[in-house]
Amino acid sequence: MLIGLHHYLIVAAILFTIGVFGIFVNRKNVIIILMCVELILLAVNINFVAFSTHMEPVAGADPIAGQIFALFILTVAAAEAAVGLAILVVYFRNRGNIAVENIDLMKG
Amino acid sequence: MLIAISFYVLAFTAIAAGFMVVAARNPVHSVMFLILTFFSAAGLFILMGAEFLALLLVMVYVGAVAVLFLFVVMMLDVDFVELKQGFLSYLPVGMIVAVILLAEMILVGAAYFAGESKTVVVTDSEVTNLEAIGNVLYTQYAGAFEAAGLILLVALIGAIVLTLRARSGVKIQNAMDQMARTREDGVELVDIEPGQGLG
Repeated sequence: MLIGLHHYLIVAAILFTIGVFGIFVNRKNVIIILMCVELILLAVNINFVAFSTHMEPVAGADPIAGQIFALFILTVAAAEAAVGLAILVVYFRNRGNIAVENIDLMKG
Repeated sequence: MLIAISFYVLAFTAIAAGFMVVAARNPVHSVMFLILTFFSAAGLFILMGAEFLALLLVMVYVGAVAVLFLFVVMMLDVDFVELKQGFLSYLPVGMIVAVILLAEMILVGAAYFAGESKTVVVTDSEVTNLEAIGNVLYTQYAGAFEAAGLILLVALIGAIVLTLRARSGVKIQNAMDQMARTREDGVELVDIEPGQGLG
Protein backbone atom coordinates (compact mmCIF):
# COMPACT_ATOMS: atom_id res chain seq x y z
CA MET A 1 0.00 0.00 0.00
CA LEU A 2 2.19 2.75 -1.30
CA ILE A 3 0.70 6.21 -1.03
CA GLY A 4 1.50 7.95 -4.29
CA LEU A 5 0.83 11.23 -5.97
CA HIS A 6 -2.65 10.31 -7.16
CA HIS A 7 -3.87 9.66 -3.60
CA TYR A 8 -3.14 13.27 -2.69
CA LEU A 9 -4.61 14.54 -5.95
CA ILE A 10 -7.88 12.71 -5.25
CA VAL A 11 -8.11 14.21 -1.75
CA ALA A 12 -7.49 17.66 -3.24
CA ALA A 13 -10.11 17.07 -5.94
CA ILE A 14 -12.71 16.04 -3.37
CA LEU A 15 -11.95 19.07 -1.17
CA PHE A 16 -12.18 21.36 -4.21
CA THR A 17 -15.53 19.85 -5.15
CA ILE A 18 -16.83 20.30 -1.61
CA GLY A 19 -15.84 23.95 -1.79
CA VAL A 20 -17.66 24.54 -5.09
CA PHE A 21 -20.65 22.57 -3.82
CA GLY A 22 -20.78 24.74 -0.70
CA ILE A 23 -20.82 27.92 -2.75
CA PHE A 24 -23.73 26.59 -4.77
CA VAL A 25 -25.73 25.33 -1.79
CA ASN A 26 -25.22 28.14 0.74
CA ARG A 27 -26.64 30.93 -1.36
CA LYS A 28 -27.60 33.04 1.64
CA ASN A 29 -24.66 33.01 4.01
CA VAL A 30 -21.61 35.00 2.89
CA ILE A 31 -19.47 33.72 5.76
CA ILE A 32 -19.88 30.12 4.61
CA ILE A 33 -19.09 31.19 1.04
CA LEU A 34 -15.84 32.79 2.23
CA MET A 35 -14.98 29.59 4.10
CA CYS A 36 -15.66 27.59 0.94
CA VAL A 37 -13.23 29.81 -0.96
CA GLU A 38 -10.65 29.00 1.72
CA LEU A 39 -11.38 25.28 1.22
CA ILE A 40 -10.84 25.63 -2.54
CA LEU A 41 -7.53 27.42 -2.00
CA LEU A 42 -6.48 24.67 0.44
CA ALA A 43 -7.22 22.05 -2.23
CA VAL A 44 -5.07 23.96 -4.71
CA ASN A 45 -2.29 24.15 -2.11
CA ILE A 46 -2.45 20.39 -1.55
CA ASN A 47 -2.05 19.90 -5.30
CA PHE A 48 0.95 22.23 -5.42
CA VAL A 49 2.70 20.57 -2.50
CA ALA A 50 1.94 17.07 -3.79
CA PHE A 51 3.39 17.80 -7.20
CA SER A 52 6.35 19.56 -5.60
CA THR A 53 7.26 16.70 -3.28
CA HIS A 54 6.60 13.90 -5.77
CA MET A 55 8.45 15.52 -8.63
CA GLU A 56 11.39 13.66 -10.07
CA PRO A 57 14.51 15.84 -10.18
CA VAL A 58 14.83 17.22 -13.68
CA ALA A 59 17.58 19.52 -14.86
CA GLY A 60 16.36 23.11 -15.02
CA ALA A 61 13.28 22.49 -12.86
CA ASP A 62 13.34 23.19 -9.15
CA PRO A 63 10.98 20.94 -7.17
CA ILE A 64 10.79 23.41 -4.30
CA ALA A 65 9.13 26.03 -6.54
CA GLY A 66 5.74 24.40 -5.94
CA GLN A 67 6.05 24.91 -2.20
CA ILE A 68 7.15 28.51 -2.71
CA PHE A 69 4.06 29.09 -4.82
CA ALA A 70 1.87 27.45 -2.16
CA LEU A 71 3.39 29.88 0.34
CA PHE A 72 2.31 32.82 -1.81
CA ILE A 73 -1.18 31.36 -2.25
CA LEU A 74 -1.37 31.16 1.54
CA THR A 75 -0.44 34.85 1.77
CA VAL A 76 -3.04 35.92 -0.78
CA ALA A 77 -5.69 33.73 0.87
CA ALA A 78 -5.07 35.40 4.22
CA ALA A 79 -5.29 38.87 2.63
CA GLU A 80 -8.46 37.88 0.80
CA ALA A 81 -10.08 36.65 4.02
CA ALA A 82 -9.24 39.89 5.82
CA VAL A 83 -10.62 42.15 3.08
CA GLY A 84 -13.66 39.93 2.51
CA LEU A 85 -14.59 39.93 6.18
CA ALA A 86 -14.08 43.71 6.35
CA ILE A 87 -16.48 44.17 3.43
CA LEU A 88 -18.90 41.83 5.18
CA VAL A 89 -18.79 43.87 8.39
CA VAL A 90 -19.43 47.11 6.47
CA TYR A 91 -22.30 45.48 4.57
CA PHE A 92 -23.84 44.23 7.79
CA ARG A 93 -23.51 47.68 9.35
CA ASN A 94 -25.38 49.28 6.45
CA ARG A 95 -28.03 46.65 5.81
CA GLY A 96 -28.53 44.80 9.06
CA ASN A 97 -28.25 41.36 7.45
CA ILE A 98 -25.76 39.42 5.33
CA ALA A 99 -28.08 37.70 2.85
CA VAL A 100 -26.25 37.34 -0.44
CA GLU A 101 -29.46 37.47 -2.46
CA ASN A 102 -29.92 41.14 -1.66
CA ILE A 103 -26.41 42.18 -2.69
CA ASP A 104 -27.47 42.51 -6.35
CA LEU A 105 -29.71 45.43 -5.37
CA MET A 106 -27.86 47.87 -7.61
CA LYS A 107 -28.16 45.55 -10.64
CA GLY A 108 -24.69 46.61 -11.69
CA MET B 1 2.00 0.74 6.38
CA LEU B 2 1.99 3.36 9.10
CA ILE B 3 2.17 6.06 6.44
CA ALA B 4 -0.79 4.54 4.61
CA ILE B 5 -2.86 4.41 7.80
CA SER B 6 -2.04 7.99 8.74
CA PHE B 7 -2.77 9.12 5.18
CA TYR B 8 -6.20 7.53 5.16
CA VAL B 9 -7.08 8.83 8.63
CA LEU B 10 -5.96 12.38 7.78
CA ALA B 11 -7.58 12.37 4.35
CA PHE B 12 -10.86 11.06 5.70
CA THR B 13 -10.85 13.61 8.53
CA ALA B 14 -10.10 16.43 6.10
CA ILE B 15 -12.88 15.45 3.71
CA ALA B 16 -15.46 14.79 6.43
CA ALA B 17 -14.66 18.08 8.19
CA GLY B 18 -14.70 19.89 4.84
CA PHE B 19 -18.17 18.54 4.19
CA MET B 20 -19.31 19.57 7.66
CA VAL B 21 -18.11 23.15 6.94
CA VAL B 22 -20.74 23.25 4.23
CA ALA B 23 -23.43 21.30 6.03
CA ALA B 24 -23.20 22.58 9.62
CA ARG B 25 -26.24 24.49 10.83
CA ASN B 26 -24.32 26.89 13.04
CA PRO B 27 -21.56 29.00 11.41
CA VAL B 28 -19.49 28.77 14.61
CA HIS B 29 -19.41 25.00 14.12
CA SER B 30 -18.49 25.59 10.48
CA VAL B 31 -15.44 27.58 11.58
CA MET B 32 -14.46 24.80 14.00
CA PHE B 33 -14.72 22.22 11.22
CA LEU B 34 -12.66 24.51 8.98
CA ILE B 35 -9.94 24.47 11.64
CA LEU B 36 -10.11 20.66 11.74
CA THR B 37 -9.81 20.54 7.95
CA PHE B 38 -6.72 22.72 8.03
CA PHE B 39 -5.16 20.65 10.80
CA SER B 40 -5.67 17.47 8.79
CA ALA B 41 -4.29 19.14 5.67
CA ALA B 42 -1.25 20.16 7.69
CA GLY B 43 -0.85 16.51 8.64
CA LEU B 44 -0.99 15.57 4.96
CA PHE B 45 1.69 18.16 4.23
CA ILE B 46 3.93 16.63 6.88
CA LEU B 47 3.34 13.18 5.35
CA MET B 48 4.47 14.58 2.00
CA GLY B 49 7.60 16.05 3.56
CA ALA B 50 6.66 19.72 3.47
CA GLU B 51 7.01 20.48 7.16
CA PHE B 52 7.50 24.20 6.80
CA LEU B 53 4.24 24.71 4.89
CA ALA B 54 2.40 22.46 7.35
CA LEU B 55 3.45 24.59 10.31
CA LEU B 56 2.74 27.75 8.34
CA LEU B 57 -0.75 26.46 7.56
CA VAL B 58 -1.46 25.88 11.23
CA MET B 59 -0.04 29.28 12.20
CA VAL B 60 -1.70 31.35 9.48
CA TYR B 61 -5.04 29.60 9.24
CA VAL B 62 -5.72 28.37 12.74
CA GLY B 63 -3.92 31.26 14.40
CA ALA B 64 -5.14 34.14 12.27
CA VAL B 65 -7.77 33.43 9.64
CA ALA B 66 -9.97 31.11 11.70
CA VAL B 67 -9.88 33.51 14.64
CA LEU B 68 -10.87 36.31 12.26
CA PHE B 69 -13.80 34.22 11.02
CA LEU B 70 -14.86 33.35 14.56
CA PHE B 71 -14.65 37.01 15.55
CA VAL B 72 -16.87 38.12 12.67
CA VAL B 73 -19.35 35.28 13.10
CA MET B 74 -19.80 36.03 16.77
CA MET B 75 -19.82 39.81 16.33
CA LEU B 76 -22.53 39.92 13.68
CA ASP B 77 -25.97 39.61 15.19
CA VAL B 78 -27.52 37.54 12.41
CA ASP B 79 -30.39 35.10 12.51
CA PHE B 80 -28.50 32.10 11.17
CA VAL B 81 -31.52 29.82 11.07
CA GLU B 82 -33.09 32.07 8.48
CA LEU B 83 -29.88 32.08 6.46
CA LYS B 84 -29.87 28.31 6.29
CA GLN B 85 -33.26 28.22 4.56
CA GLY B 86 -33.14 27.43 0.86
CA PHE B 87 -30.42 24.84 1.49
CA LEU B 88 -32.65 22.07 0.15
CA SER B 89 -33.89 23.99 -2.86
CA TYR B 90 -30.34 24.64 -4.05
CA LEU B 91 -29.23 21.08 -3.27
CA PRO B 92 -30.00 19.49 -6.70
CA VAL B 93 -28.12 22.15 -8.67
CA GLY B 94 -25.20 21.97 -6.26
CA MET B 95 -25.10 18.18 -6.44
CA ILE B 96 -25.13 18.19 -10.25
CA VAL B 97 -22.30 20.71 -10.45
CA ALA B 98 -20.28 18.89 -7.77
CA VAL B 99 -20.68 15.45 -9.39
CA ILE B 100 -19.75 16.75 -12.84
CA LEU B 101 -16.73 18.60 -11.46
CA LEU B 102 -15.45 15.63 -9.47
CA ALA B 103 -16.02 13.23 -12.37
CA GLU B 104 -14.12 15.51 -14.71
CA MET B 105 -11.18 15.88 -12.38
CA ILE B 106 -10.95 12.15 -11.66
CA LEU B 107 -11.28 11.32 -15.36
CA VAL B 108 -8.48 13.70 -16.27
CA GLY B 109 -6.32 12.26 -13.49
CA ALA B 110 -7.10 8.68 -14.46
CA ALA B 111 -6.35 9.37 -18.11
CA TYR B 112 -3.06 10.97 -17.14
CA PHE B 113 -1.91 8.18 -14.87
CA ALA B 114 -3.22 5.31 -17.00
CA GLY B 115 -0.33 5.49 -19.43
CA GLU B 116 2.38 5.53 -16.82
CA SER B 117 3.29 2.41 -14.93
CA LYS B 118 6.18 3.71 -12.88
CA THR B 119 5.42 5.03 -9.45
CA VAL B 120 6.46 8.50 -8.53
CA VAL B 121 8.91 8.67 -5.69
CA VAL B 122 9.15 11.19 -2.95
CA THR B 123 12.26 13.22 -3.54
CA ASP B 124 14.85 12.47 -0.92
CA SER B 125 17.43 15.14 -0.50
CA GLU B 126 20.13 15.83 2.02
CA VAL B 127 18.90 19.34 2.85
CA THR B 128 15.87 19.77 5.09
CA ASN B 129 12.64 21.24 3.81
CA LEU B 130 13.14 24.46 5.74
CA GLU B 131 16.66 24.83 4.36
CA ALA B 132 15.52 24.20 0.79
CA ILE B 133 12.80 26.86 1.03
CA GLY B 134 15.05 29.35 2.77
CA ASN B 135 17.74 28.91 0.13
CA VAL B 136 15.53 30.14 -2.70
CA LEU B 137 12.89 32.30 -0.98
CA TYR B 138 15.16 35.26 -0.29
CA THR B 139 17.31 34.94 -3.39
CA GLN B 140 15.55 33.58 -6.43
CA TYR B 141 12.05 34.56 -5.34
CA ALA B 142 12.94 37.77 -3.53
CA GLY B 143 10.80 39.89 -5.85
CA ALA B 144 7.73 37.72 -5.32
CA PHE B 145 8.43 37.76 -1.59
CA GLU B 146 8.41 41.56 -1.56
CA ALA B 147 5.21 41.53 -3.63
CA ALA B 148 3.59 39.25 -1.05
CA GLY B 149 4.53 41.72 1.66
CA LEU B 150 3.01 44.53 -0.40
CA ILE B 151 -0.22 42.55 -0.85
CA LEU B 152 -0.44 42.02 2.90
CA LEU B 153 0.13 45.75 3.49
CA VAL B 154 -2.61 46.66 1.00
CA ALA B 155 -5.00 44.18 2.63
CA LEU B 156 -4.16 45.57 6.07
CA ILE B 157 -4.79 49.18 5.05
CA GLY B 158 -7.84 48.20 3.01
CA ALA B 159 -9.47 46.35 5.88
CA ILE B 160 -8.85 49.25 8.26
CA VAL B 161 -10.14 51.88 5.80
CA LEU B 162 -13.23 49.81 5.07
CA THR B 163 -14.27 49.30 8.65
CA LEU B 164 -13.24 52.71 10.02
CA ARG B 165 -16.15 55.05 10.49
CA ALA B 166 -16.27 58.67 11.65
CA ARG B 167 -18.75 58.87 14.50
CA SER B 168 -20.31 62.22 15.29
CA GLY B 169 -20.71 63.54 18.82
CA VAL B 170 -17.52 61.98 20.14
CA LYS B 171 -14.97 64.14 21.95
CA ILE B 172 -11.59 63.36 20.42
CA GLN B 173 -8.34 65.23 20.11
CA ASN B 174 -7.74 67.04 16.81
CA ALA B 175 -3.98 67.10 16.39
CA MET B 176 -3.98 69.38 13.32
CA ASP B 177 -6.08 72.04 15.09
CA GLN B 178 -3.78 71.86 18.07
CA MET B 179 -0.65 72.32 16.02
CA ALA B 180 -2.12 75.16 13.91
CA ARG B 181 -2.92 77.14 17.03
CA THR B 182 -0.57 80.16 17.54
CA ARG B 183 0.35 82.13 20.59
CA GLU B 184 -1.77 85.06 19.39
CA ASP B 185 -4.91 82.87 19.19
CA GLY B 186 -4.52 81.40 22.61
CA VAL B 187 -3.07 84.03 24.92
CA GLU B 188 -4.13 87.60 25.54
CA LEU B 189 -2.17 89.91 27.84
CA VAL B 190 -4.28 92.40 29.71
CA ASP B 191 -3.13 95.20 31.95
CA ILE B 192 -5.41 95.34 34.94
CA GLU B 193 -5.60 98.57 36.84
CA PRO B 194 -5.64 98.17 40.62
CA GLY B 195 -9.14 97.96 42.00
CA GLN B 196 -10.96 97.77 38.64
CA GLY B 197 -11.09 94.19 37.52
CA LEU B 198 -11.47 93.03 33.93
CA GLY B 199 -14.97 94.30 33.21
